[in-house]
Amino acid sequence: MSAARQIADKGGARWSSLLRATAWLLLAAVVATPLLLGEGYRLPGGVGKNYLLTIGIFTGIHAIIAVGLGLLMGYAGQVSLGHAAFYGLGAYSSAILTTKLGLPPLLAMLAGIMLTALIALILGAPTLRLHGHYLAMFTLGLGMIVQIVFNQARGLTGGFGGVRNIPHLGIGSWQFDTKPEFYAVVMLTLGVTLLMAHNLVNSRSGRALRALHESELAAAICGVDVARSKLQVFVISAVLASVAGSLYAHFMRFVSPGPFGFVFSVDLLIMVVVGGAGSIWGPVAGAALFNILSETLGKIGEQVPWVADLDIVLFGVVLVAVVVFLPRGLVTLAARRPGRARGPAIQPEAQAEA
Amino acid sequence: MNSTRTRVWLATLTILAFLGLLVGCSRKSPEDVVVRPLPAPVTPESAPVTIGAILSLTGPASPSGEPQKNIVQMLVEQVNAQGGVLGRPLEVIVRDDESTPAGAVKAANDLIEQGVVAIIGPSTTPSTMPLKDICQEAGVPLIACAAGKTITDPVASYVFAVPQTNTLAVEKCFDYLEKQGIDKVASIYVANPFGEDGRENIAALAAEKGIEIVAVETFGGDDTDMTTQLTKIKAAEPGALICWGTNPGPASVTKDAKTIGLDVPILQSHGVANMKFIELAGEAANGVQLPAGRLIVWEQLADDDPHKDVLREFATTYQEEYGQAPTIFAGYAYDAFWIAVQAITEAGEADRAKVRDAIEQIKDFQGTAGVFNYSAEDHNGLTMDAFVWVKIVDGAWQLAE
Repeated sequence: MSAARQIADKGGARWSSLLRATAWLLLAAVVATPLLLGEGYRLPGGVGKNYLLTIGIFTGIHAIIAVGLGLLMGYAGQVSLGHAAFYGLGAYSSAILTTKLGLPPLLAMLAGIMLTALIALILGAPTLRLHGHYLAMFTLGLGMIVQIVFNQARGLTGGFGGVRNIPHLGIGSWQFDTKPEFYAVVMLTLGVTLLMAHNLVNSRSGRALRALHESELAAAICGVDVARSKLQVFVISAVLASVAGSLYAHFMRFVSPGPFGFVFSVDLLIMVVVGGAGSIWGPVAGAALFNILSETLGKIGEQVPWVADLDIVLFGVVLVAVVVFLPRGLVTLAARRPGRARGPAIQPEAQAEA
Repeated sequence: MNSTRTRVWLATLTILAFLGLLVGCSRKSPEDVVVRPLPAPVTPESAPVTIGAILSLTGPASPSGEPQKNIVQMLVEQVNAQGGVLGRPLEVIVRDDESTPAGAVKAANDLIEQGVVAIIGPSTTPSTMPLKDICQEAGVPLIACAAGKTITDPVASYVFAVPQTNTLAVEKCFDYLEKQGIDKVASIYVANPFGEDGRENIAALAAEKGIEIVAVETFGGDDTDMTTQLTKIKAAEPGALICWGTNPGPASVTKDAKTIGLDVPILQSHGVANMKFIELAGEAANGVQLPAGRLIVWEQLADDDPHKDVLREFATTYQEEYGQAPTIFAGYAYDAFWIAVQAITEAGEADRAKVRDAIEQIKDFQGTAGVFNYSAEDHNGLTMDAFVWVKIVDGAWQLAE
């Protein structure tokens, strides 16, 4: 940047740092609200602490997967139609290993991560060497196979009856058996996920990813190992889905095949596309919008029943509107402030370094 | 430098403002903030008694949840027209679980905090299972409209269920087999939770009664051709065929069995006990036998059958209101609703623990699914008597007892 431009940008930059500070505080306030609310409180509509915590927990779990999927879609330019399967593999690993073998929850979660990473590696290694959307097809197939295994491997998964009596999440004698504790765990995991994603995106491999998203050929010429970079992100996103699945299993303490089907894979895509795949915060915004919108309609539906059935229609409208008017997702609204132009567009330096 | 200081100031101010807001809120007396009272024992006489309902209004389970919502809304109006409960109006808050366990968990947490006295539903077993813990811990009675036997086995003191279980239906089938002296059966199931539960029950009871299962086959929910499975079954020479599924699969099984000349008695489950089955199977349906709730044959019941009045009332009002015959799913919601209302009335106040106790005390309750006798050990409350043996004759249900 030239000195003249730096001076011209100074006013905008100060505003942007103020805005950023306010945004962080607002975010912290929103995240902390359900924790700080008293047990006896009722917000309008009879909304209380546990309900908010529950919505927060599911939003957080969805956001963890969405961030990973956002990296895959926005940076590596690949679509996965089977992330619900990785989510399910994490959930069932935790469920089966803790109930049948009595493993501690963290160990079971780790086993789930390893299993998912292995499957993602096996699936991704050959597919991601190819050009085009072969990964979408492979993951679609994986989703169906995993669903069949959940349904049919009765001895292991309990078939349609599912796995019951999953223990609470805990480390040693420290059990996260209340909603506020579990909410804190989920938010902490999401925080770590975001930090990791941030570091990845701003590292050498992150720049390599952005480069290959724009043009695989150009990236390859600059010395980027295209297949390896894509595989890395795919495995990371699968592992994140698995972690989210483990959290789901310990929160619900019951898993059944239903929530891990194709429908949820599509829900995840909606969250990522609506929020914005090319950023880290986009998918989080998408997950939050998805959950809040659906609950708000449910609440209105208590008084006006037909509204409850509108969510599918509304999500369709939102999706179309976002794709048409904000092709890079809702986050572009925030990024439109002066001096905050962010996004996956490659900057000259990034290309040079990569 | 300057901008850093401004930022620190702004940050401090915002944090203080936020803390101030929270402290300010918590100082307020609960009455200012609480919109709907908690289970609070002291309520003004005019305040409504609130029941929650978690039903699958969207998603794959909506064909069972939708009629349940209809019937619940109809009954609330009926109760309020007759003066409500405990001299107070009755209110039912209906929430959609979107046919997912997560949706049911969110809805349950909300309803509990809105102060409902009891919760009716959910419509499916996967949605009900995670609520077992939640309702037990919160001390809120749950009256499930889902048939999975794990809902009431093992018993959780706050969790009840109204549907007839597969266990009872299978017992009824084996009764028939024993009377006919059939000791070799083949079975075929739909690959879904209902078929799965049937499979387990049949295997368990066959072992107990010493009946040999000579062939076991499955079919997909949308399959239209069953000749492969049925040919294998025919080769195993069973004395009867038991099919466990919901429409449309069992109709195809019935038709294809006739086509390939599998000439043994065909027993179906109560999952096909609606006119759709006869429409789909057509001519082949004649001769099929099944255990079914009394609902589909209520007109044929003897006039002194204590069940007849309840069923007449339910079937005719539903028919008038919605222009179609009621489904068994609507019946589950009907039973759950009246059990909740009766328990509240008998408890004498809208207190969750007392309502729970009152549900456990319910005896000889005439519901659409059967006669309910709850006890501390039995939270389903029905016996094999909830089923009658039905045969299809000339394209109509015929009471066979």
